[in-house]
Amino acid sequence: MTRFNAFNLVRHALTGNRNWTEQWPDAEPKAEYDVVIVGAGGHGLGCAYYLAKEHGITNVAVIDKGWLGGGNTGRNTTIIRSNYLYDESARLFDHSVDLWEGLSQELNYNVMYSRRGCMMLAHSVHDIQSFKRHIHANRLNGVDNRWLTPQEAKDYCPPLNISPDARYPVLGAALQERAGTARHDAVAWGYARGAAARGVDIIQNCPVTAIRRGPSGGVIGVETARGFIRAKKVAVSASGHNTMVMDTAGVRLPLESFPLQALVSEPVKPVFPCVVMSNTVHAYISQSDKGELVIGSGTDQYTSYSQRGGLPLIEHTVAAITEVFPIFNRMRMLRKWGGIVDVTPDRSAIISKTPVQGLYVNCGWGTGGFKATPGAAHTLAWTVAKDEPHPINAPFTLERFRTGRLIDEAAAAAVAH
Amino acid sequence: MSRFRVPGRGRVNPDRPVTFRFDGRPVQGCEGDTVASALLANGIHLMGRSFKYHRPRGAVAAGSEEPNALINTRRGPGRAEPNTRATMQEIWPGLEARPQNCWPRLSFDLGAVNDRAYMLFSAGFYYKTFMWPRSFWDKLYEPVIRAAAGLGVSPSEEDPDTYASRYLHTDVLVVGAGPAGLAAARTAAEAGLRVVLVDEHAEAGGTLLSEPQARIAGLPAWDWLTAELAALKALGVRVMTRTTAIGYYHQNMIGLCQRLTDHLAELPADTPRERMWRLRAARVVLAQGALEKPLVFDGNDRPGVMLAGAAQTYLHRFGVRVGDRPVILTSHDSAWHAAFDLQDAGAKVAAIVDTRAAPPAALAGEAQARGIRVLAGFTATATSGRLRVRSVRVHPVSAGTVGAGEEIACDCLLMSGGWTPSLHLFSHTKGSLAWDEDRTTFLPADTPEDCVIAGAGRGLWGIAATLADGAEKGAEVAASLGRGASAPALPVEGDRTGSGTSHTELATDRSPSRARAFVDFQNDVTAKDLRLAVREGMRSIEHVKRYTTNGMATDQGKMSNINGLNIAADALGRAQPKVGLTTFRPPYTPTSFGAFAGYHRGGHFEVTRRTAIDPLAEAAGAVFEPVGQWRRARYFPRPGEDMDTAVARECRATRTAIGMFDASTLGKIEVVGPDAVEFMNRMYTNPWTKLQPGRCRYGLLLGDDGFIRDDGVIGRLAHDRFHVTTTTGGAARVLNMMEDYLQTEWPELDVWLTSTTEQWSTIALNGPRVAELLRPLVEGVTLTEEAFPHMSVAECTVAGMPARLFRVSFTGETGFEVNVPAPMGPALWQRLAEAGAPLGLTPYGTEAMHVMRAEKGYIIVGQDTDGTVTPADAGLTWAVGKAKPDFVGKRGLARPDLTAPGRRQLVGLLTEDGTTLLEEGAQIVLDPAQPVPMKMVGHVTSAYRSEAAGRPIALALVEGGHGRMGETVHIPMPDRTIAATITGCVFHDPENTRLKLAAPGGDA
Repeated sequence: MTRFNAFNLVRHALTGNRNWTEQWPDAEPKAEYDVVIVGAGGHGLGCAYYLAKEHGITNVAVIDKGWLGGGNTGRNTTIIRSNYLYDESARLFDHSVDLWEGLSQELNYNVMYSRRGCMMLAHSVHDIQSFKRHIHANRLNGVDNRWLTPQEAKDYCPPLNISPDARYPVLGAALQERAGTARHDAVAWGYARGAAARGVDIIQNCPVTAIRRGPSGGVIGVETARGFIRAKKVAVSASGHNTMVMDTAGVRLPLESFPLQALVSEPVKPVFPCVVMSNTVHAYISQSDKGELVIGSGTDQYTSYSQRGGLPLIEHTVAAITEVFPIFNRMRMLRKWGGIVDVTPDRSAIISKTPVQGLYVNCGWGTGGFKATPGAAHTLAWTVAKDEPHPINAPFTLERFRTGRLIDEAAAAAVAH
Repeated sequence: MSRFRVPGRGRVNPDRPVTFRFDGRPVQGCEGDTVASALLANGIHLMGRSFKYHRPRGAVAAGSEEPNALINTRRGPGRAEPNTRATMQEIWPGLEARPQNCWPRLSFDLGAVNDRAYMLFSAGFYYKTFMWPRSFWDKLYEPVIRAAAGLGVSPSEEDPDTYASRYLHTDVLVVGAGPAGLAAARTAAEAGLRVVLVDEHAEAGGTLLSEPQARIAGLPAWDWLTAELAALKALGVRVMTRTTAIGYYHQNMIGLCQRLTDHLAELPADTPRERMWRLRAARVVLAQGALEKPLVFDGNDRPGVMLAGAAQTYLHRFGVRVGDRPVILTSHDSAWHAAFDLQDAGAKVAAIVDTRAAPPAALAGEAQARGIRVLAGFTATATSGRLRVRSVRVHPVSAGTVGAGEEIACDCLLMSGGWTPSLHLFSHTKGSLAWDEDRTTFLPADTPEDCVIAGAGRGLWGIAATLADGAEKGAEVAASLGRGASAPALPVEGDRTGSGTSHTELATDRSPSRARAFVDFQNDVTAKDLRLAVREGMRSIEHVKRYTTNGMATDQGKMSNINGLNIAADALGRAQPKVGLTTFRPPYTPTSFGAFAGYHRGGHFEVTRRTAIDPLAEAAGAVFEPVGQWRRARYFPRPGEDMDTAVARECRATRTAIGMFDASTLGKIEVVGPDAVEFMNRMYTNPWTKLQPGRCRYGLLLGDDGFIRDDGVIGRLAHDRFHVTTTTGGAARVLNMMEDYLQTEWPELDVWLTSTTEQWSTIALNGPRVAELLRPLVEGVTLTEEAFPHMSVAECTVAGMPARLFRVSFTGETGFEVNVPAPMGPALWQRLAEAGAPLGLTPYGTEAMHVMRAEKGYIIVGQDTDGTVTPADAGLTWAVGKAKPDFVGKRGLARPDLTAPGRRQLVGLLTEDGTTLLEEGAQIVLDPAQPVPMKMVGHVTSAYRSEAAGRPIALALVEGGHGRMGETVHIPMPDRTIAATITGCVFHDPENTRLKLAAPGGDA
């Protein structure tokens, strides 16, 4: 693996960039692995990376039905934050942010983690109560999050409309300065490169058609489009399609899959310095380094596996953006797209062992999985390697839906249930 | 007349000159020009700078696929937009067009220093550096990168224009008004179908506008076009120009964006700038034609290097000769006609350079007849010229070997790499594409939608073929809708059919790693970038795209995708269909946010629901707050009062006399039918069977997880009729949930659900003197404790108005809620105010309501509960019917964690100093001395100053709270820690003595 640095960049430039080598090989499956990971998104590739790096397990394959990073890893709006209410979530997402901060150096791949701050807008008395609750809880959990007046919010994000006459006036905001964005594709590529360098096989365009269990009930491998692959352990991290994969092992997941849409504007010079989210009007926005405004929409009302959302939701999202930022009304939408997100009843993820010996699942990230990528990958790798959860992901069990020990951030945030 | 305008050519009006400004200078064009055509008429090719290297660029196309000629357009304050295509923007007197992404000026741009260091800025270079030291990314690298990136400048003022939205249903939508689209529309319309025909350009005609030499059905092409449009009009076809089909959605819904004013000098009054149509069509005909491919060779991006088809459009549609001394560089027959037509229009064509060894003899003969030099079997390896192409270097290629080069001087270089069907909309349908080896392009295969492709979109070439195909597809569509139709054959003379070959990069004698052969012009992606990406392991076209940004420019890959694919496939050593195209995403061309938002701006962003009584509250000077979509009166300040003072006064009046409250926003659902009681038993936790008509009960609604979702007082009006009230914010959600259960789980129940929220005005009257007020006004009910006890409901009249009268209280005082038909609300409010004035009646708002209900420990769902609270947690176990066989949430409630010890339970909190008001949302700990992260055991849900309690009060959810009565807990604030004692939730009149109705004649 050629190290990435300015010296090598110049050296290769002088030879016409002809001598760069592939960042990861396109592997053919071997007959058997210690661990097979289904789904080559950021979470799955990261899991392979940490298995190899931190647990010395390198006989690992990451298998994807398409190209690595082609699912939600490459379709999200790249928001990273950790100002969650509950101790369990705050710990998991803050662990992630800790990892994000050193990820470029860790992977020797610039994932462009940009600490530009994330501001969540309050538009009603109810929002204020909810955000204050978050801020107090975050403070006592050691998570950065503070309250801004409308004027302070505007100073932080000049395009913001704080007119008291707005339909949903901005009454204040919660700001997490440590929050930000990252370059989503680079996360997948960086983990892929790092994992491959440690001996992990990345097998693309190879749909897993079934998880096979042995006579004792434990996992023995996966059936794929290229034949059966033996595996001592299987970890499933296939976002919108988790339910379908896990069904084949006889494990029903408490998930529903919805299309979630996002869009970008045409690129413009820097105009938007941070990330702004408004749950009340449903607007999520930042500006990419390329200059595009990156805007997140809500999930469609109906469950679907079609990566093709409807027009009305996009109209509402754009209306929400121009409501909060009226100067963008004449900007143009360049591109919009959809992804399939899997949602649990309490809108928190599952990183867990399953009733099947040797089978692990990482799912239910809903609309917020990107920010968790390093933390989810790191704790999933621990769980797989040790066959027991890391203390950070221990509460995120599959069991909790049976026991009722939920981690309901959405209910707490009073996002429309 | 501008120097490059060709008299007698084009559809612009030379008698109507139009002056606009470009780059600070006045430029004259003609009515009908675009910015690009007007600039070209004046010999100006330099129109923009590229994204990364800031290379000088000119228009390479003549339509919406233009990647280079992007300008900032401006029309006075607030009306400015970046990244406008000069090739689509029509000119009008006074238009201000400014170049972008250059400093200090377009012709001398310091950013072009990047171009010198291009080897460093190879594909993905930023992933490989800028990592040390770590802190420099936020502080230095990223700001510099961001400032260098971006194209134009965002608007900075609020947009004064309006935007409209419309729905439209039709039998057939035809997208594209070229020959195929026109013929399809005509055939379908003649079969009696309703047809909508849209085109993104200012006028219909498509290719016909660039091919006036053809004759159709005996008429010159343009005369035929005029007659055809008149015929379509007569048939009732709706022809919409300047209208782009932006996206193709499920079940044949197409989004159309119609641009109404950007081309006008004077903005008409009351006309929106753009209108978004949501059109639903039984059938769709996609006749979007084909896009010409650039050729990929070193220096293919200089101003003056242009698509040959674009040159034809400029000549024939706009009467502009794009140069005096063109060189044609082509691998396709079509570009030869550009040479001929330009020569005929007074240019001196320096050479036709065809990469094919043996182009058609007929074309060669025609060139010879005109005295044009032909170089067949040649390649181009370089161009020269800084702000405008000056020469091109060409070489013979024989058996793959590039021979000696020759420099040919030129002032424009017209290239054609053949044509690609425009299948963007087809791709939106998730339609599959099939590789056609003969035409070396993708053609449409299957789609889940009811749509067909006609004309060049299917790889057909020439007016005759596309006309015939359009007519055939029109007939096919008509037949599929049960209409007979005939597809008339139209004879075409002067048609220009043709064929060509396809290339990756053109052959060169130079090191390919040094060649700067552009594929994505705007994003400065070169062929070697694509090859580098493949070398680095990017095997998927999606990876190549994302790594190099090829196809991600504002032309949405219209110019770059196919060349990018061909080069990537070549580098991978795989056939194109194995590599595949990236997915085309909506919108087809970049579309204003305003058009999507439509009417939903400002006050219309979302409806503001106001009660019938709202105007009276406003007149009384109420301060409002938003609650969901509603606005509610929060308090009614008197002069000099702040919120606390006003609220204290409103509470005092209610507790000592009468308070009047507009409760109309409460959700109301009428549950009716033979199975109404069974339905209620299943939905709500409470038992309903024994509730007698005329009585009310507090109802509690759970989710299937067992947590509280909503609550409200429910009155039984008859055996088969319930009047259900919900929270203000929960009304729609509760009705949805009820309908969901009724329709999917219990379809056997005979029950109707009707939202009646807006049918009733609801006025709550509370206080010790309320009976005095109501007795004279109510007829049909005797207002005594015996005849109409607490939790009763009756239909009666109040002040002569038909009413549903509830005896309920959310304040702890004797209470009534009067429901009258909504429009009567204001009259009743005024009548009550007058009658109550002598009794001390005072209107109160939501804030006083919150205080008084908290004093009584009544919960507000969503404030004191948050979706994680069970009835037991909230102290509402009494509201759960133990004997009921089932209700929504019963199974969820049985889960072990929902009954485990240590759950957060609702309690009262009193600060130990007796004066400090807690903050809602503040967290509670047992040990204030512990380090961060602290173990939190709960939070404050409600906190108010209470006159009735004589001190601030609070409600809180605390772990095991019901078992901690009297214990001290701590609330750590940023500046101090507050100690508080856990109490019960009721701070006022725990015995409920004040709910009683004073006896008639009694003294309150």
